[in-house]
Amino acid sequence: MSISCSGCAGGKERVLSSLEIGEGGVVSRIVADGGLKRRILEMGLVPGTGIRMERKAPLNDPVSVWFRGYELSLRVDEANAVMVRPAGCAGCAR
Amino acid sequence: MRPMRGTVALAGNPNTGKTSLFNELTGSSQHVGNWPGVTVERKEGRFSLSGVDVTVVDLPGTYSLGAASLDEQIAADYLLARRDRPDLAVVVADASNIERSLYLAVQVLETGTPVVLALNMMDSAADRGITIDVDRLSSLLGVPVVPTVARRGEGTDRLKSAIVAELGRSGPRDRFSLPWGERLSPLFDALESRIESAGGLHGGMTPRTAAVKYVEGDAQVAAAVEAAGLRADLDSLVDRLGGRIEAELGYDLQTAVIERRWGFVSGVTAESVRRDLSLKARLSLSDRIDRVVTSRTLGLPIFLLVAWAVFRLTYALGDPLAEILEAAVGYLGDRAGELLAGAGFSGMVSSFVRDGLIGGVGSVVVFFPHIFLLFAFIALLEDSGYMARGAFVMDRIMHLMGLHGKSFIPMLMGFGCNVPSIMATRILEKPRDRMITLLVLPFMSCSARLPVYVLFSGIFFGEHAGTAVFSLYVIGIAVAVLSAKLLGATLFRGESSQLVMELPPYHVPSPSMVLRHAWERGAMFLQKAGTFILLSVAAVWFLASFPFGVEYASPESFVGHIGRLLAPLLAPAGFGFWQAAVALFFGFLAKEVVVGTLGALLGAGEAGLATSLPQLFTPLTAYAFLVMTLLYVPCVAVVAAFRRETGSRAWTLFMIAYTTLVGYMGAVIVYQGGRLLGLG
Repeated sequence: MSISCSGCAGGKERVLSSLEIGEGGVVSRIVADGGLKRRILEMGLVPGTGIRMERKAPLNDPVSVWFRGYELSLRVDEANAVMVRPAGCAGCAR
Repeated sequence: MRPMRGTVALAGNPNTGKTSLFNELTGSSQHVGNWPGVTVERKEGRFSLSGVDVTVVDLPGTYSLGAASLDEQIAADYLLARRDRPDLAVVVADASNIERSLYLAVQVLETGTPVVLALNMMDSAADRGITIDVDRLSSLLGVPVVPTVARRGEGTDRLKSAIVAELGRSGPRDRFSLPWGERLSPLFDALESRIESAGGLHGGMTPRTAAVKYVEGDAQVAAAVEAAGLRADLDSLVDRLGGRIEAELGYDLQTAVIERRWGFVSGVTAESVRRDLSLKARLSLSDRIDRVVTSRTLGLPIFLLVAWAVFRLTYALGDPLAEILEAAVGYLGDRAGELLAGAGFSGMVSSFVRDGLIGGVGSVVVFFPHIFLLFAFIALLEDSGYMARGAFVMDRIMHLMGLHGKSFIPMLMGFGCNVPSIMATRILEKPRDRMITLLVLPFMSCSARLPVYVLFSGIFFGEHAGTAVFSLYVIGIAVAVLSAKLLGATLFRGESSQLVMELPPYHVPSPSMVLRHAWERGAMFLQKAGTFILLSVAAVWFLASFPFGVEYASPESFVGHIGRLLAPLLAPAGFGFWQAAVALFFGFLAKEVVVGTLGALLGAGEAGLATSLPQLFTPLTAYAFLVMTLLYVPCVAVVAAFRRETGSRAWTLFMIAYTTLVGYMGAVIVYQGGRLLGLG
């Protein structure tokens, strides 16, 4: 399901792994299935969560994100399941 | 009416100091076992206060009760059990990172279990300028909240009092109900009343909890709903009421439920936690360390250095200690042998006691120093938080090899000895990663096999001896990687591998906890693996010493007969003579024994092997023999450790068969391939 967001100055939805170190964002949705989706959600990466890309491993995989007061590392293919919008975007259609 | 006893479950996220708290509450009364049917450890202990006997059951550290992993399933099952439910749950929260701890606390509350919240690590919170309004938190959640600093023993008495007070509360409690909001509540209400009208689901769950879990996608609840014949009705309710919700929100119901729960937790946190932002600078010490330790240039080298240091230190310190133990046992054995001989017992009895019994015990005890040291180092790495950084930095490479970032340490340790490395696989949290690592560890050539390589290479490969030995290590690693990928694609195909791993804040580890942990692991190995090893050693002694009167391990003994039986099987590999078979057979006992056995069997002693071996082997068949020695079944101590770690006879037999088969095929390929290539 795609959300068209009018309020965020052209900020498009991107995968989490595309964030640069230091860049922030807001989770818009999770595009995984089953166990991975559940785990990602239950760790706190739910729509509306503010996140910041904290660091990346040598070879840029895995990556580590800061949110809800802690740091979580994800493989790039796991981070690709997290769609984010630019920071400050409250999300639409809610 | 105060109950005289009660059972309390201890739950909490990993890295919240739950173990410290458990130790504080239960002291030395702990008992370690396994959760029924699985190899996950179950710790139980007790304390008494005001005449009340409290049993504390330590649940595995989990981030949620979502049953996404085995640990979570165990915790959820225990809290929702039909019988033998705990009377109370103490949820351990990390005060410096409270939001995530509260997510689990809320899920525990949803199970209907009374909760006491232990707000642990208050010292870390203070360091970060975090203040928590304990009373506000307590009233928002409706549960007693006790601040603690478990590793300093602070707050323990208050916690015990709170536990006993809660256990003694009579009368109906207010059931915790999460404010699901105007979108989800009607859906849950409808599902709840449908389930209720059907008499509820079997099991310890209320209809409301079941409704929420059903929408969340809980597999067990789905099965129970199916069994109760409610699926059609519930699904139509979900489609009707839920469809609209999904359209409004832009995401599915499962996400909506979990998001709402987090929303509640965020709200509670915002209302009860104050953060002094001026102290934010302090946090960056952890951050600054990480900048170096996970950096593009330094991250990998630093980790490799640390891993290497652990490896070197474990063996540098462990080997001398092990030698002392070995000498002590040997001395004991000799003395015992003399005593028995002097007392008139036959040579047979004294041999049994000296070689069979005491020798067997010796071969177990000799591992204690290495296991103790390795686990001390592992505890240091885990408790300090560095282990997660190591896994972070290594994961890409390990994942390419079909393994997990954390697999690196056990794999590296395997080059020394596979017994501690097998035990080290505990650091792998997920069963799939752990199992695959366990199954390929034996291919990491242990140091006991090295004497065999060195001996043969020196005799048959002259100036290329070094290269030959190196090539064997490379083959070992290659086979390990290939096996990992093969196993991942076949036997373990269903389960996916995940990282999704927390990078916890750095901590200074507590020395007493580290030492205690290391001692426990070592003692457990002695206990559990010891019997198996002892029996195996005794069995081999028996086979080598009988029929009565034969010379130890001669062709006429049972072992000799076995050797002569197996010899033809080894012919395709190029060494189809009974001495090779017997040597390999004894290699099951301990790999370093292979050389000594060959020496004894060829009647020349080790020194004479330089002339006697070339009479039986050619360079090609020697290399084939080495390949077999490299890959085939590991020694009995490793098998025992493997059995203990997996808790499964089936997997252990599989490992024995698999490694032996791979070793055999490797040798055959080398020999036949070599002949085809005209290498002789």
